[in-house]
Amino acid sequence: MLDIAEDSLARIEDLDPGVHAFLHVDRDHVLAQARAIDSRVKSGDREGALLGVPVAIKDNLCIAGLPTTCASRILEGYRPTYDATVVERLRAAGALLIGKTNLDEYAMGASTENSAWFPTRNPHDLKRVAGGSSGGSAAAIASGMALCALGSDTGGSVRQPASFCGLTGLRPTYGLVSRYGLVAFASSLDQVGPLALNAEDTEILLSVIAGPDARDSTCRTRPLAEYRRDLPGLRGVRIGAPPQYESDAIDRPVRQAMARLRAALEEAGAEFVRVDLPLTDYAIPTYYLVVTSEASSNLARFDGVRYGPRSEGADLADLYRRTRGRGFGDEVKRRIMLGTFALSSGYYDAYYKKALQVRQMIAREFDAAFSKVDFILGPTAPTPAFNIGEKSSDPLQLYLCDVFTAPSSLAGIPGLSVPVGFTESRLPIGAQILGPPGSDFRILRLARDVERLLGIENRPAEVSRGA
Amino acid sequence: MELEAVIGLEVHVQLGTRSKLFCACSAEFGGTPNSRICPICTGQPGVLPVLNREALRLAVLAGHALHCTIRTHTKFDRKNYFYPDLPKGYQISQFDQPIAYHGDLEFQMDDGTPRRAGITRAHLEEDAGKAVHPEGATISLVDLNRAGIPLIEIVGEPDLRSPAEAGAYLTALRRTLRYARVSECDMEKGSMRCDANVSIRTSGSERLGTKVEVKNMNSIRNVEHALAFEIERQKNLLLAGECIIQETRSFRDADGTTVRMRVKEQADDYRYFPDPDLPLFELDPSWIESIRRLLPESYRERRRRYEKDLALSDYDAEVLTEDREVSDWFEKVLAEGVAPKVAANWVQGEILAHLNATAAPIGTLRIGPRDLAELLSMVDAGELSQLAAKKVLKEMLSAGGRARDCAQSLDLLQMRDSSELNAIVDQVLREDPKTVADYQGGKKSAINGLIGKVMRASRGKGDPQVIKQLLAERLGG
Repeated sequence: MLDIAEDSLARIEDLDPGVHAFLHVDRDHVLAQARAIDSRVKSGDREGALLGVPVAIKDNLCIAGLPTTCASRILEGYRPTYDATVVERLRAAGALLIGKTNLDEYAMGASTENSAWFPTRNPHDLKRVAGGSSGGSAAAIASGMALCALGSDTGGSVRQPASFCGLTGLRPTYGLVSRYGLVAFASSLDQVGPLALNAEDTEILLSVIAGPDARDSTCRTRPLAEYRRDLPGLRGVRIGAPPQYESDAIDRPVRQAMARLRAALEEAGAEFVRVDLPLTDYAIPTYYLVVTSEASSNLARFDGVRYGPRSEGADLADLYRRTRGRGFGDEVKRRIMLGTFALSSGYYDAYYKKALQVRQMIAREFDAAFSKVDFILGPTAPTPAFNIGEKSSDPLQLYLCDVFTAPSSLAGIPGLSVPVGFTESRLPIGAQILGPPGSDFRILRLARDVERLLGIENRPAEVSRGA
Repeated sequence: MELEAVIGLEVHVQLGTRSKLFCACSAEFGGTPNSRICPICTGQPGVLPVLNREALRLAVLAGHALHCTIRTHTKFDRKNYFYPDLPKGYQISQFDQPIAYHGDLEFQMDDGTPRRAGITRAHLEEDAGKAVHPEGATISLVDLNRAGIPLIEIVGEPDLRSPAEAGAYLTALRRTLRYARVSECDMEKGSMRCDANVSIRTSGSERLGTKVEVKNMNSIRNVEHALAFEIERQKNLLLAGECIIQETRSFRDADGTTVRMRVKEQADDYRYFPDPDLPLFELDPSWIESIRRLLPESYRERRRRYEKDLALSDYDAEVLTEDREVSDWFEKVLAEGVAPKVAANWVQGEILAHLNATAAPIGTLRIGPRDLAELLSMVDAGELSQLAAKKVLKEMLSAGGRARDCAQSLDLLQMRDSSELNAIVDQVLREDPKTVADYQGGKKSAINGLIGKVMRASRGKGDPQVIKQLLAERLGG
């Protein structure tokens, strides 16, 4: 495995100065793992679905002893003492953890421009964003520096960068994958999700990381094997196409790619059914109330008392103000303030409580739709990857990137982005497949069919060096 | 104008679990600072809470003991505030769906007057750590051993009217929870903590006055002292035509006064919301009921039983039920067949005196209830006099060992064997012909002198009844 490790490290050394996918690559740690895997193989143990596979890990997942910063200055130098459950499972499967990838600070963003250190660039066009917040993970795969990666998806943070970078990325059913060791942004929506070049690899990665975990009380307890039964073929499958996912605000190349996809699926025997999701319009405000509220509480622990850089102050309140004032970036502060406001007494009922009610209505709307169809199909994002800096001055514009991904996050249902084509300038376009809770493996099966039907080659982009 | 005090107590009780509420760390008291911690209870990034089921069970048990309604659907909420001893920046607590609510506590004043106070609610929550500010130092230290220890907060209705009532309420609450084995309720170790809300109003008025919260009382007596001071202070202010300011005050043990901690200008905004890391808990009604059925006899029920069924005095019943462990010990003595009154005398006499003298709990005794029962059966069988039995027990308590062995090694077994006694009797009669003559001359009371001599000669081991009988046989008539 040592050669694989060396190759990966060499490729990172070669390409990452232009891509900026990684925040931390610990050469010794990678080589030590490779040697351990080698001796494991020599001792006759060839088990492990990911034996020697280089996997990149988003830097909001804990690996014992390695830096975990969430791309935030407030966690600079912090090294957790424990492995996240998903990391533990990757190790057990023989994976080679090659590095920690860049993200929007605390996974708050849709472009990986909110990283405290640098934006990650899209390997398909280094002037463009890789998407976010799992942009580092997506760019690492798209540039061939990792074979697959873990990201986290709160409102689209796996699916949208997968779409921007020409990858398959799955947001699992809420509770299918343990969150233990994932630094919380919005606990009721956060899910760890796999990204890879194709659906098959994505499925292998999911099979390794998913399944019950006693350390996460929100984890589903049903054994994973039960989710893999009765995967239907394409013939007779019913696919919902909601009008809400077909607006004129969607870029023309995206709409064209969706039309081609639909034609191919119908040709193969799938039936398209109109389903209506009128509450889609309320998803963004609902989503931003829920996530900012939870974030305001989840991020309270970053106070400089137990870990991370501390800015001393005149008194306790001053210490908190300075530490958090210097440690957090603007977007994080904006969300903490929004969430603090939404949870305040006197406003709770009008904002947070109302948002929870709408959230339930959205979940019921999906339930109703899935009584008529097996899947819901639409674009993952309204546009392909945009230019770096293009939207960073207007947070609202960035929030609207989540318009197709946030509703399913609120409902807790699985969603996957699969590459369905390119723009004229060779920017990838992704389609999103949604399914009812627990349909993750059925979605992955459909994604494989889509790959086969469209004949899109899934391989790393040709990255121009040192741009 | 007659003024009256209105008092409501908020009591935090540490549940007697082995591990913390949301992680596997030991919940034991004390320990080297920061030795009982893990990523979860120190609030490291990425960790998640998992509820300790035993804590949930104990909370339900406590709810039952306080006659509360137990909620079949319960949840946890985050109480958000910043303090260095609060690792996550929020405390996991229960806001609008406490596990137990609408209960009551019956208690008795010193003179025996019965009282009752309502329990508003009891909810589960995790404890915070401890911030230490070393004298003279410019730094503060944080010990997180306590962080995450399971507590129930028991909120009482403002039904108490005097410091004495508050003291009696707390005593009863402590005894009730100890009996139910919910908690040790040790105020000095902090496994029971009490905050008091006090206000003053015109007697008979329905409206409550402005309330003041008093904290930092580490014994029931201190609670009474603090309340007495606070009631006096508020009454004086009102009589002087001044207003009570809503504030939090701290009790100062040194001079028995209360001093201002902070003024509450507005309600604290803790931004409670349901903890998304924990699911809603649905409690099976049959499980809740099974815990109620396992609720042990309360101290009040036991006391009544001692008075009615065992015919013990008020005093004995009170003393013997004060401590659940002592009472259980006493019952085991009864189970060995010892008469209740006899067992009561010895347990509340010799045994409790020994415990008081050594300031030790009954669990540390060197003898068990069976050993006492054996000793008492020897007294009953005439093998030991009362006096000898007390000596034997003393030895048993200090050195351990079975009653018969101790009696033998102390050579205190009474002489049941008449040949040995006969020899002594004969000797006494030989050596005291004058008394024999007196007796035979009709002075029957002279026999008592002879009994005494035989007793002395046998060093107290002869049974006076047996000796009297032997003498009478010899002297004929």
